[in-house]
Order: sequence, then C-alpha cells, then structure tokens
Amino acid sequence: MDSVILKTAIRFLMPLILLSSVFLFLRGHNEPGGGFVGGLMASGAIALYAITHSAAAARQVVRVPHRILIGSGLLMSLCSGLLPLLLGRPFLTGMWTTITTTGFGKIHLGTPLLFDLGVFCVVTGVTLVFVFSLLEE
Amino acid sequence: MLLWLLVILLAASLAGGVNRVIGSGGGWALALFPSGVFACLMKQGPLVLNQQNLSSSIEWVPALNLAISMRLDGLSLIFGLLITGIGALVLIYAGAYLNGDDRLGRLWMFLLLFMAAMLGLVLADNLLTLFIFWELTSITSYLLIGFNSERSESRASALQALLVTGGGGLVLLPGLILLGGVGESFEISTLLENSEQIRQHAFYVPILIMILVGAFTKSAQFPFHFWLPNAMAAPTPISAYLHSATMVKAGIYLIARLHPILGGTAEWFWMIAPVGTITMILGAAMALRATDLKQILAYATISVLGTLTMLLGIGTEATLIAALVILVAHAFYKGGLFMVAGAIDHAIHQRDVRELGGLRLTMPATFAAALLGGISMAGVMPTFGFIAKETWYEAVGGDVAGIGFLAASVLSNIGLVAAVGLVCIKPFFGSRTDATQAAHEGSLAMWGPPVALGTTGLALGLMSTQFSGLLTAGSSAIAGSVVPVNLALWHGVNVTLLLSLLTLAGGLTLFAQRHRLEGVFKSADRFIQYGPAWGYGWLLKSVTQFARWQTAILQNGYLRFYLLTMVGLTVFSVWMALSGEVRSHLKPMPLDFRIHELLLAGLILVAAVVAVRAKTWLLAVGSLGVVGYSVAGIFVLFGAPDLAMTQFVIETLTVILFVMAFSRLPDFRRLTSAGTRARDAVIAVVAGATITVLLLFAMTVRTDHPISDYYTTNSVSQAHGRNVVNVILVDFRALDTLGEITVLSIAAIGVYSLLMLRPPKRIALGNEANNVANSSCPISTQSED
Repeated sequence: MDSVILKTAIRFLMPLILLSSVFLFLRGHNEPGGGFVGGLMASGAIALYAITHSAAAARQVVRVPHRILIGSGLLMSLCSGLLPLLLGRPFLTGMWTTITTTGFGKIHLGTPLLFDLGVFCVVTGVTLVFVFSLLEE
Repeated sequence: MLLWLLVILLAASLAGGVNRVIGSGGGWALALFPSGVFACLMKQGPLVLNQQNLSSSIEWVPALNLAISMRLDGLSLIFGLLITGIGALVLIYAGAYLNGDDRLGRLWMFLLLFMAAMLGLVLADNLLTLFIFWELTSITSYLLIGFNSERSESRASALQALLVTGGGGLVLLPGLILLGGVGESFEISTLLENSEQIRQHAFYVPILIMILVGAFTKSAQFPFHFWLPNAMAAPTPISAYLHSATMVKAGIYLIARLHPILGGTAEWFWMIAPVGTITMILGAAMALRATDLKQILAYATISVLGTLTMLLGIGTEATLIAALVILVAHAFYKGGLFMVAGAIDHAIHQRDVRELGGLRLTMPATFAAALLGGISMAGVMPTFGFIAKETWYEAVGGDVAGIGFLAASVLSNIGLVAAVGLVCIKPFFGSRTDATQAAHEGSLAMWGPPVALGTTGLALGLMSTQFSGLLTAGSSAIAGSVVPVNLALWHGVNVTLLLSLLTLAGGLTLFAQRHRLEGVFKSADRFIQYGPAWGYGWLLKSVTQFARWQTAILQNGYLRFYLLTMVGLTVFSVWMALSGEVRSHLKPMPLDFRIHELLLAGLILVAAVVAVRAKTWLLAVGSLGVVGYSVAGIFVLFGAPDLAMTQFVIETLTVILFVMAFSRLPDFRRLTSAGTRARDAVIAVVAGATITVLLLFAMTVRTDHPISDYYTTNSVSQAHGRNVVNVILVDFRALDTLGEITVLSIAAIGVYSLLMLRPPKRIALGNEANNVANSSCPISTQSED
C-alpha cells in the first residue's frame, strides 16, 4: 500500500504497539492481558508493518524465523510442564519463586509465566505465518 | 530403569552423526550403549535370582492412575538381556551390511529406537505403559520394514505389518483397560494378587479374547501369520533383530506375562493351545515350500512362535519352562541364521536356495556360523537347541491330548530340521553355481556376530546347569510361583531321546527327498490363494473403495457444501435436543436496556445488513469488522475486558488477513443465482435463530453453582494470579492450552504448505500434477477453476 502517511505512522506506531503487547503479556496474570492477546497484538503490529512496507522488511524486523518462534514457544510451554515433573510433582503444576531486586522490589516468577511466554511466541509465530504466506504468495 | 531406556535413546540420537564421522565401523561404537545396558542388567542378575524384583515408578497423571512404573523380574531380565545383547551384535552387523550407504545412520537410529521400545515393553509394570511401548514397537517396526522406502513392495509390507499389528493393538487396548478395571489396578504386580477375582469375573472371557487378539497379531499366529514373511522386505540386519529375536516375541511375552493373572483355566487352554498348534504345523510346512533363504527362516520363526504359544496355552509348569528354554534357544540360532542369510545375500545378491551351492570353501566363516546355528535349530547334541527340544518333548505328552500335541510337535520339528537342511546344507555343499562363482567372505563385522551367537548357543548347551538359576527366575515369573528349573545335557536313553533321533532322521530324509513335496505344495497352492492374506488384500481394497466413495460424497471439494453440512447438522441436533424443553424454559428477557447498549445493538444490525448488501469486498470486510468491534463493545459493557481485548485484536487481524486474501480475488461479482442466495438466506436466518434460542435457553436452565465460583475463590491462593481468565488459561487448564497451541502450530504448517509449497505453475499444467490433484486433494482442483 502506497500511502506515505500510513507508512510513516506505522513506523512510529509499531514499536509502541509492540511495547504495549509486552506490557499486556506481563500484566496478564493479575489484570486483563496475557500471552494470547499479547501475541496477537504483537503480530498485529508486524502485520501492519508488513502491509505498509513489505513482507521482507517485516521479516527483518522480526529477525527470528517464524518456525523457530513457533517451535521454541511450544518447547517453552512444554518445559514449564516438564519442570515440575522432574521435581516429582504432576505435569504442569505451577511452581513459584520470589526474587528480591533492588530496582523493582519483589518479583514473583513461576512456571505459568514461562508457559504464557510460550503461548505468546506460538500465537505470534502462527499469525505471522498466515500473514507472510498470504503476502508473499 | 528409565535411565537404561534413555541411554538407548541417546545412542539413537547419535546414530546419524556416528555414520557421518566414523562411517560403517561406528556400529562398534554404538554397540557400546546397549552393551552398557546389558552389563547393568547382568549386575541386577543376582538380585533377581533371589526373587527380589527391582521396581521403580514415576507418577505421570495421578488422577488417571497413569504411572510409568517398571519392574525387573526373571522374565524381563531374560528378555532384556536378549534385546540388548543381540541388539549390540545387530548394530555391528548392520554397519558391515550397509557399508558405505548414507542411509546407515537412519538404520541404526531405527534399530535403536526399536530396541528402546522393546526394552520398555518388557520392563513395564503398568498395563498402560506396556501398551504405549507395545504400540511404539509397531511404529518403529513399520519404519524398519519399510526401510527401502523407494520400493513399493517394501512400503506395502510395512503397511501390512502396521495394519495387522496396529489393528491388534486397537483390540488389545480395551482388553487391558477392562482388565485394569476388573482387577482394580493397572499395575501388573498388583493384578497378580487379584488374579482369582479376575478369573471369576463375568468379563474374564472378553478380556482374554481381546488381549489374545493383540498378542496373536503381534506374534504372527494363525490366521494373522501372513504379514511376517512379507516383512522380510526389510534389510537383513533388521529381519535378524526384529523378526526373529525380539519383536514378534512381544506377543509371546504378553501371553507369558499375563499367564499368572489370566492363565490356568479351560478357556485359556482352548483359546491358545489349538491356535499355537495350527501355527506351528503351518509354519513348518510353509518353510519347506519357500525357496528364498529369508522366507524359509521367517516361516520357521512362525512355527516356533506357534510352539511357544502352544506350550504357554497348555500351561503346566513343565511346558512353561519348555517355552522359556525354546524362546532363548531360538533367539540365538535364528538371529545368527538370519545374519548368515544376509551375508550370503550381501556377497552374491542371491537368496534363492535353488541357485546356491558350494559356498563352504569361499565363505568358511559364514559356513561355520551357519553350522553353529543349524545344529542348534535342528536340536543336535550338545547345543542349547537340543536341550530345548528335549525339555519340550518331555513337557508335552502324558494324557491323550498330550500325545496329540507331542505328535504335532515331532511333525513340525521334522519340518524344521528339513528347513535347516535348506538353509545350512544346500547353499554350502555341492558344486558351485553361476551365482556363487564370485562369492567372497565378508568382513569381521559380517561374520563375527553370527559366529558369536552360534557359539553362545553351543556354550549355553554345555553349561546349561549354570544357566538354570536365571531360567528358574524366568519361569517362576511366568508361572506365578517358584518353579525350579534343572537343565541337563544328558538324560540317559529314554523316549525323549529316541524321539529326538527320530526327528533328526525324519528331517534329514525329508530334506533329501524334498523334490517329492513339490506336487503336494502345488495342489495346496490352490487353497492357499484364498487364505488369510487374500482376506487381508480384499479387506484393504474394500476399505479403500469405501473411503473413495464416501470421500466423493462428503468431501466433494466445495466449501459451501461443507459449511452447509456443518451448519445444517448443528441446527438439526440443537433442535433435536431442545424441541421439548424450549417452551417451558424460555422466559421473556427484562427490557431494561440502557441507551448506549441499544446503540451498539443497532450498529451491529446495520453493519450486518451493509455487509450482506455490499457491492465491493472491501466494504463487506469492513462492515464485518464493525460487527466484530461492536460485539467487543458489548463485552466491555458487561465486564469482560479480557474477552473484549482479544476480540478487538482478533477482529483487527481478521480484517487484515481478509484484505490480504481478497485482494487477490477477481472483481467482486455475484456468482450465484437468486435462488441459491434465497436458500442461503433462509439457512442463515434459521441458524442464527437457533443459536439465539440456544443462548437464551442456556441462561435459564442453570441449576448448579457456576464453575466460575471455584476459580474466583482459588485463583489467588493456588495460582497466585488475580486475573481469573489468564489463570485458567495458564494454570488450571494449562493442558488444554498446551493442546490448543499445538493445534495452532499444526494449522500454521497446513497454511504454509498450502500457500508456499505449491508446485510451480508449469508443472501444475502437466499430467503429473493433475494426477496428484485428482487423487488426494479435491479442493485444489476446485480452486483452479
């Protein structure tokens, strides 16, 4: 699409949308958000960029090939399930730990976060496959 | 014990690299892994001999009683030693057999994967774990049999083996589940204690039948025997391992393993012993009819498998011991003889015994291996095969039925001795033929393993007394109580010995006079062509025809037909379910709308009408987007921010994807007639009305507490999250989500291959692509129009 306004706007908007997708992802456990919607939003941003610029340019932005994105996402979710198994708990049991940092105070980390990150990656990767396949066909 | 499996799997993952770096000699390196496991098993030996069973268990899904539990008793130990020991030799042998072939790494990997599956099978103490490994052996043997995948014959044989053993597995599974239900546990060790209760249960016979179908298909018992000779399409190292030493014994293993739980009844005897006897005789007869070295050995295997089944079916202490001894003896000589057949094939590319002769001078080491295996198979003193045959003859006999079994045993053994003649005498003696002129001895890796196996057979015979402890442990596991085994080479001159001599003499006479059999087999051929193999072929053809017929009807390639079917069926089934109850439950909704809610509803209606009447695709897609956004707005108003947010993003992406896809279509034209459109409108209205009624109905019939209460109360305390929706997704129902993202990934692969991996246009116009399109993918032909 050859609209200069749209092109320029997207170039500035995309990082913002990506940032907010990360924000959505991180707050998901306590507020509306999460890996699924975060991943969708991220891929939406990249899809807009791919339409206004080109699929090749968008691939440059993502850097990671989408099959790796999907594969590693699945692997992360699976690992978050296997981890408790290794410690003798049932598959996919949520396990939590708290890290105290100087800058951010206490941070709760748990396997659900890893799981959600996996979802994020898979959703982004899958949507990008759709988008790129359609654009490059 | 799980660690042992992991060691083998590790070796499997290294196989490809080993072939690239070391080449065919890498078989020696890879053999170290199973040898290591072999050593570990040996180390457990003393413990097992004292009837102390090693066991370990890992909870898998406790809610479903799924545990990966393993147990090492005498039976598993003997099987484990055979699997890893012979497996190590086969790996070395395979290196020489496929020397320089770049598929060698793949072969090694498949062999090791199969080894892991087989080892898991014999170690499993949980019925479901056992079943998983059982199916894994089917799948890995499919890969092995179809190894020469460029040959259609190979592929057909592999598919046949998979369909027969996999089909048997499908019957086995409900049998195992029923057994677990009746016995109140899936742990085999627990079931042993409940065996009385199981045998008296009304489900005993169905359980037995289902489990036996599984075992019989796997162990190639009549009438499922036909797949095994065809499986000889696999390269010989595979045959040597899979179809003589281990895989086909999985069924025998299962029968032996379950004997203390299910055995000892009249039903057990009548369902198993006759089948085994028929298979035993049939296998021996077919072995004499075959002319291909590997086919002869394969049919001989069927005969032995029949013998084992028969002995387990008779089920006295003596026959159980005999079965175990024969099993061990067979593993050694048959593995070795297959390698001999492979060595001959490798040297001169000929396996037809009629074309072979005079090989003893050019291939002396192979000849030695053949002799070692042959005398054990024929049951000549002082091999382990001799002891096996003596134990066998001694165990059957006695009453009238026993004499019948004994006569059948002697008869089948005479056939097997003649088969030994075909395999071990005919190729090596006499004058050289055209085919054997260029024969030469292979490398150490080629003749070493069969010589080692043959020597072991001989050594076991000479040292049988020392070996009795292990066999005692094994047969005690089969019998379910301690059964002492006392093997001895010399029993004195008695009936058994005389029968042995009779067998040998009869077999050798039969071998010498074998040309007289040709007439008999010719007349039998007319019946055989309508045997079980014909039945399999007919069934396969019919299934394919049926599939083609119903595919043409149900999947005709028109998207509108699919949609029509799905929508129609949904509407139909909803009304079937609701018809009586709707009127009594539907209450008018209170009409206290707020103004902005009404505005949103109005917007949705207007946008929907615009979408239907749109003249350009951009307008249609855009209006559908408005519908989606407005629905998201309703979610916002009614307190579902998560849902609303997702809906917003999805709607955006959908519009983007639609625009991308539609921009490639030709101009927006109406391609349908007014009548079709009217029909579609009716369907749409009916479907929409149905869903509306369904939703209204769903809101009024709730009787129990909504499940959301559980999540809201437990979300923070158990999953440390305040957003219930997300907590459900990543914690409470994480397994569902894991399944969903897997499905998503598969969908992505589908889209990718549909759009990106199409053949280039110029080929698409050619004949080849048309054939492909016609046969497999009706949708693609439609989209070309």
